Amino acid sequence: MTRTIHIALDINGQRFELDLEPRVTLLDALREHLSLTGTKKGCDQGQCGACTCHIDGKRVLSCLTLAAQAEGREITTIEGLIGEGGDLHPVQAAFIEHDAFQCGYCTPGQIMSAVACIREGHAGSETEIREYMSGNLCRCGAYNSIVAAVREAAEAA
Amino acid sequence: MRDFSYFRATSAAEAGQAAQQAGAMLLAGGTTLLDLAKCGVSEPDTVIDITHLSGMSGIAVDAAGARIGALARMSEVADHRDIQAAFPAVSESLSLAASAQLRNMATIGGNLLQRTRCSYFRDPGTFPACNKRNPGSGCAAIGGVTRNHAVLGTSDACIASYPGDLAVALVAFDAVVELADRRMTVDEFFLVPGDTPDRETLLQRGEMITGITIPASAAARNSTYIKVRDRQSYEFAAASAAVGLELEADGKTVRDIRVAIGGVATKPWRARAVEQALIGKALNLESVEKASRFAMGGAVAHGGNHYKIELAPRVIARAILKMGGLA
Repeated sequence: MTRTIHIALDINGQRFELDLEPRVTLLDALREHLSLTGTKKGCDQGQCGACTCHIDGKRVLSCLTLAAQAEGREITTIEGLIGEGGDLHPVQAAFIEHDAFQCGYCTPGQIMSAVACIREGHAGSETEIREYMSGNLCRCGAYNSIVAAVREAAEAA
Repeated sequence: MRDFSYFRATSAAEAGQAAQQAGAMLLAGGTTLLDLAKCGVSEPDTVIDITHLSGMSGIAVDAAGARIGALARMSEVADHRDIQAAFPAVSESLSLAASAQLRNMATIGGNLLQRTRCSYFRDPGTFPACNKRNPGSGCAAIGGVTRNHAVLGTSDACIASYPGDLAVALVAFDAVVELADRRMTVDEFFLVPGDTPDRETLLQRGEMITGITIPASAAARNSTYIKVRDRQSYEFAAASAAVGLELEADGKTVRDIRVAIGGVATKPWRARAVEQALIGKALNLESVEKASRFAMGGAVAHGGNHYKIELAPRVIARAILKMGGLA
């Protein structure tokens, strides 16, 4: 009974046209259909934050967003953060500076969440960062370094 | 996740009509529906995307109260200055819920309709018995691991707790749910399970929440939401309390008080017995602790959740004392 629907997605300033089953999430569209594998699949149930990306500038979970729902919206993934000259985004640079990861799997989601957290004005203190970054789990437990990286990037912003 | 067809509604009337088909489900933020579709709990044939509807996400606050469109996002309501001023408990209940990402996605209408986190309900493959999913099949939770299950409003058919925070603040302040053709209080909207735990609200097939209204009051303006949980953030309530308090001019006698609790009941639970015990009385540590215990009238524990009977009154008392300037 599988019928596909035609969807146009605007990702990182570029338009992509796709024919997808309606059930395909934005996460699977990115990874499986567009080879944008920077966005990670962790729990796939909205509990870990690994799949965080931005829609219309706001951080959301791509595993609980249908690709069809994202049509007509501006989607930004970790691949879209990098500057035109290939420079790292300041949050990316701060994560490296503070060694804010171990295995790295949660890192793209952490960084996408941190960029939004700073933009929202929710990175004013360590306590506030911990609260507003709580939707991104790190099983390696790199939280202290993540908080330090977000703090530094927020102060420099 | 089973496949379904996707329909993007262009008007509320069209969405309501489409939702009358068997197997059709409304899709807003997706944080409940897609999650439950992946668990195999929800199996829609058609999802009707209502997130592109215009004019349903407004937030307006005046002297009479607030009106919030069903498609306003949790984060928009939580961060709204006028909501924060007139209904701090409402704003706090939203800020303390879920994560920043989920709050940017989930809508107010969908938030009310979130389903229980009962792990037996959420796992049909392992636990076929669930009267909420499959009426008459039994309840795997009773006799199972019940740490997060309800102690109030339960029945022999279901002990699943209502997981939300916002609705707890809403029942405290007599908020009203608006549907296309009728309206009712949030308290009336939610049903206790009784013999029909599959029926959680008064919503009928094809009906859609269009908005909520919250009447202004002095108690709502002086209110808070306290949430106690197993980890500091991004967790459902072990017990929570929404409390609003208005004192007489003497600064100690209770003129009006509102108390509702979450994490402990099968629906957002107004604790009127606590309110009645305190109205007209002087607010002090003793009167507050004594009154708070009345919230647990009729409570029934099922093993692992017994702690809630002790915890919830303490959370209520802490919230009242905070609002009364005694903590």
